[in-house]
Amino acid sequence: MSESMIIAETSKGIVSPVTAELVSAAIALGTNPTVIVPCTDSSIADSAGYDGVAKTIAIKGDCFTNYDASSWASAIDAVMPSGSIVVAATPQSKDLAARIAAKRGLAVVQDVVKIDGKNLTSPVFSGKAMQTVSATGDFVISVRANIFQSASEGTANVSVIDQSGDVATAVQEIMERASARLDVSEANVIISGGRGMGSPDNFSHLERIADVLGAAVGASRAAVDTWDEIPHNMQVGQTGKTVNPNLYIAVGISGAIQHLAGMRSSKYIVAINKDADAPIFSHADYGIVSTWEETLPILEAALSSMMS
Amino acid sequence: MANIVVLVKRVPDTNARIVVNGNQVDLSAVKWVISPYDEFAIENALQHREAHGGSVTALTLGPSDADKVLKDAKAIGVDEIVRVWDDSWGELDSNGVQIALTEAITNLNADVVYCGKNAADTGAGSTGPGIAERLGWASVSNISDVSFDGGVTVTAPADGGSAKISLPTNVVISCDKGSVKVRKPNVKGIMMAKRSQVNVVSASAPSASITFVSHSPPPAKPAGKKYEGASSANEVAKLLRDEANVI
Repeated sequence: MSESMIIAETSKGIVSPVTAELVSAAIALGTNPTVIVPCTDSSIADSAGYDGVAKTIAIKGDCFTNYDASSWASAIDAVMPSGSIVVAATPQSKDLAARIAAKRGLAVVQDVVKIDGKNLTSPVFSGKAMQTVSATGDFVISVRANIFQSASEGTANVSVIDQSGDVATAVQEIMERASARLDVSEANVIISGGRGMGSPDNFSHLERIADVLGAAVGASRAAVDTWDEIPHNMQVGQTGKTVNPNLYIAVGISGAIQHLAGMRSSKYIVAINKDADAPIFSHADYGIVSTWEETLPILEAALSSMMS
Repeated sequence: MANIVVLVKRVPDTNARIVVNGNQVDLSAVKWVISPYDEFAIENALQHREAHGGSVTALTLGPSDADKVLKDAKAIGVDEIVRVWDDSWGELDSNGVQIALTEAITNLNADVVYCGKNAADTGAGSTGPGIAERLGWASVSNISDVSFDGGVTVTAPADGGSAKISLPTNVVISCDKGSVKVRKPNVKGIMMAKRSQVNVVSASAPSASITFVSHSPPPAKPAGKKYEGASSANEVAKLLRDEANVI
């Protein structure tokens, strides 16, 4: 059986749950997976044990404090055994996957949603079609979240490799860091508003529900283009971010092809719109035909009582 | 004086309907455009030239039908337009595309490369970071804003927020939309672009280890449940918990 290296997804100093899905993807490839954990504190790798994974390698280095594609790729490549490479299809890990693939002269397939032997399927044309390719030899893939079952947790057999030494950081200096609400590209639950929200101030109603659910707040292109107060980093859609959370709640969004391109692969979609004919309803698992003014307070109260 | 290269790709208009015919998409009827994020890359490259001097070369990879997007870039204001292609190439995977582009970029003596954060057809975003690795350069991806006071400083996502990052000279910058307004071509630019010549160069590329099998339509979603009236939010909240298990 050929080997595969899963580069664990980490966020805020812990190994993210999506890593367990990567294990299932690696097993679907017919490979024998090892989990690689880039970290500054190797104890976080203790939680990265899964059924079917014999080895977990913690690569400990100061360079992993902040993301820099060049130094991360160098530090990981220097000590990671050969094999196919599997990462999560987050913006940062896709970037890292591309650099490591180039370093090792391997081809890369991003955003994989289906694995059938060595046939790999990903969305193309913003999800308007699917493309299947066939891979030979070792290769690199990023895998979309919420597609593969999570592998069961197991005991992590961790070995630690110190890479604190001489990895140069190519990007020169991080000058300042602005914190923000959870970004839509990292969230499992997203509530988005469109121009139907009427004014940017009304996004506060979405934020309150986001606080209840631990969700990110997104926006349609129409909302971003109309109101300066709604920044582009909230935009979900073709020229914004492509997301596939567990739950996507679209409020006052008609469902232009532009927007659907960025969120149609969400696991569950809720649409709230006063126009019963809005295209978003044909993509929604649960649709509510009503105004947001009437609906959101009821939804907020119902969710609050469930979450408390 | 910087020798700036901006990568552009010809893709179907993002509003185009994509039809799968047999086991392949039928693109015969679509309008072709510069990939939207590449437009932001062009704009940032032009601003780089205006701030620090130098020249901007738009580079694409493809057969001659890709010349139009180069001429579109020329109309917006790039100085040179170059297309890398070799009729002897078979199918190219990410490795082949990046090796050929890297050879062309090296021959152009580029100091800095701009590109879109991904192309609207594949959505992959592998080319920018992959080329940076092959050039031995730094790379920064998904940047929203760039400023040219002193050196080059970009705003990029970091740990759920954003960071301002000061860049070294040799770097590949992959551009997100950000606050930059893309300039439109003027009549003079369009006339100049019509008369301009595409410089076609060759490069070597290995054969693909990842090869195309088929296209298929996206999976259809089963019909959802639709409710009238705001009070149904109670029912939907219950379904999200008990049926969908997502909260």
